[in-house]
Amino acid sequence: MSIYKIEIENLNAWFGSKQVLKNINIKIKDRVVTAIIGPSGCGKTTLLRCINRMHELVPGARISGKVFFNGVNIYNNGVDPVQIRRKIGMVFQKPNPFPMLSIYDNVAIGPKLNGINDKRTLDSIVKRSLILVGLWDEVKDELNKPGTSLSGGQQQRLCIARALAIEPEVLLMDEPTSALDPISASKIETLIRKLAEDYTVIIVTHNIQQAARVSDYIAFLYLGELVEYGATKDIFEKPKKKLTEEYITGKFS
Amino acid sequence: MKMTTQKIRKIKDIVMHFMIYLTLLIAILPPFSVMFEVIKRGFMAIDLDFFIKTTPTVGEAKGGIANAIQGTLITIGLASLIGVPIGVISGIFLSEYGENKFSTIIRFFNEVLNGVPSIIIGIFSYTLISPITGFSLISASFALAIIMIPIVTRTTEEALKLIPTMIREAAIALGIPRWKTILHIVLKGAKKSIITGILLAIARISGESAPILVTMGYWRWWFHGLNRPVANLALNIFLFANSPFENWVILAWGSALILILMILGINIITRMLMRGSF
Repeated sequence: MSIYKIEIENLNAWFGSKQVLKNINIKIKDRVVTAIIGPSGCGKTTLLRCINRMHELVPGARISGKVFFNGVNIYNNGVDPVQIRRKIGMVFQKPNPFPMLSIYDNVAIGPKLNGINDKRTLDSIVKRSLILVGLWDEVKDELNKPGTSLSGGQQQRLCIARALAIEPEVLLMDEPTSALDPISASKIETLIRKLAEDYTVIIVTHNIQQAARVSDYIAFLYLGELVEYGATKDIFEKPKKKLTEEYITGKFS
Repeated sequence: MKMTTQKIRKIKDIVMHFMIYLTLLIAILPPFSVMFEVIKRGFMAIDLDFFIKTTPTVGEAKGGIANAIQGTLITIGLASLIGVPIGVISGIFLSEYGENKFSTIIRFFNEVLNGVPSIIIGIFSYTLISPITGFSLISASFALAIIMIPIVTRTTEEALKLIPTMIREAAIALGIPRWKTILHIVLKGAKKSIITGILLAIARISGESAPILVTMGYWRWWFHGLNRPVANLALNIFLFANSPFENWVILAWGSALILILMILGINIITRMLMRGSF
C-alpha cells in the first residue's frame, strides 16, 4: 500500500475547451494539512474538486489523468463517485447549511441518508461531530433550531461538522474562511490544525498568511500549472522558483 | 408670474390625481359588483335544505346543491390525484435533469398546453375517454387534470430552481445519491412554493366549466360511480341560471356563491402559506 493518501498524476482539467489545469502532479501524505495557493483563477478550486469528483458535475467539464486515493485511481471505470465522496468530504467557501433543516438534522442527514437509522447512534454522531468542531456547548440547547439561524462562523463550523459526521478520511476545504470575520476565521484555523491529527486536510486559500499558519505543505498554482510543491517551511524560507517567491512576498496577487 | 406657474402645476396635479382615482374605480367596479351581486343573491339561496338536499326536478320545491358540492369535490379530488403527481414529477425532471434538448421540447409544449383553451382540452377528453365511459366523472376529471399539469409543472420547476446550486453540491459532497438529495433536501426546501403552485392549480380548475360541459353530462342525484356523471357547481350555474323556474335560478346564484367562496378560501390559504403562517 502506498504511503500517500492522495496521489495526483498528470492531471489535466477542462471547462468546455478551456484548459484550467495542466499536468498536475502532487503526492499528499496521510494526516497533514496541504494548502493550495495561487492567484484568482489559477485553478485552485478546480484542483480541489477533482479530488472528490465534483468537477465533473459541471456541464462540459472533463479531466484526464489519475487521482489515487489509498492507492486506487478514483477515475477508474467502475468506481462510484458517490462512494468516493463519502470518504473525501468537502467544506465550501460560503457556509451552506441546508435550509429548512434543524442544526441536528444538518449534521445527522449525511449518516441518515447513508443508511443509519438508529436514533441513539445518530445522537452520538451528532454530538461527537459538534464537539469536534467546538460547537456543541454553543448549540446543545437549541439543536432543533434551523441551521441557518446561526452566525456565519457557527454555520461554517456546522458545515464542517456535517462533513465529519459521515467519517471521511480526507477533508477538502475551499477557502473556508473567506466569508467570515477574523475571529471566526481564527477559530476555524485552530480547528484545522486539530483535525489534522485524524484527517488529511487539503485547503484552498488565497490568504498566504493563513497557508503559513495552518499548513504542513504548500502547492503553489499559477495559470493552471503547479509551480512549486513542498513543505511550508521550505516554500517560505527558500522557495526554488522566483515566481513563488514573488507571490508569497506579495509582489503580485 | 411665478405664482401662476405654481397654480397651473397644482391644478395639473389635482386633475392627474382625479384621473388616477377614476380609472382605479373603473377597474375595480366590475369585479366588486360581481362579488356584491353574487353574495347578495347567493345568500337568498342559503338555508339548511341548500346544504343537505339534492338538486330539484321540475315542479319540485326549492331543493339544494349538496350533491353538486359533493360532485365538485370528488371531481377536483380525482383530477388532482392524476394531475398533481404528473405535474410535480415533470417539474422535478425539468429542474433537476433538464439540461438537454428533450427538456426544452417538453418545456415548450408545456407552455403551449398552458395556453390551450380549456374547451379544447374538454373535447380531447370527450373523444379519448368518453367513448369508453360515456359522459362521466372520470372523463371530466381527466380533462381538469390536463389543465392542471402545465401549471403544477411550471411552478414546481420554478420553485426547485430557487434552491441554490451550492445546496445541491453540499449534499452531493456528502456522498448522498442524487435522487436522495432531490427527495430529502431540494424538495424539502421548495415544499412551500410547490404546495402553493398545487393550490393555485386547484383553484384554477375549481371554476372550469367548459371542459365539464362537454365531458360530464347531467346528473341531479348523488355520486354513483366514477364512470357515471356527477353533479357539479359550475354546471349548476350554467343549467339553472337559464331556467324558467325561480327556485332553480336562486340555486344557480347559491352555487356561484359557494364556488367563489371555495376559490377565495384556497387563495387565502395560499397567501398564508407564502407568508409562512404555517
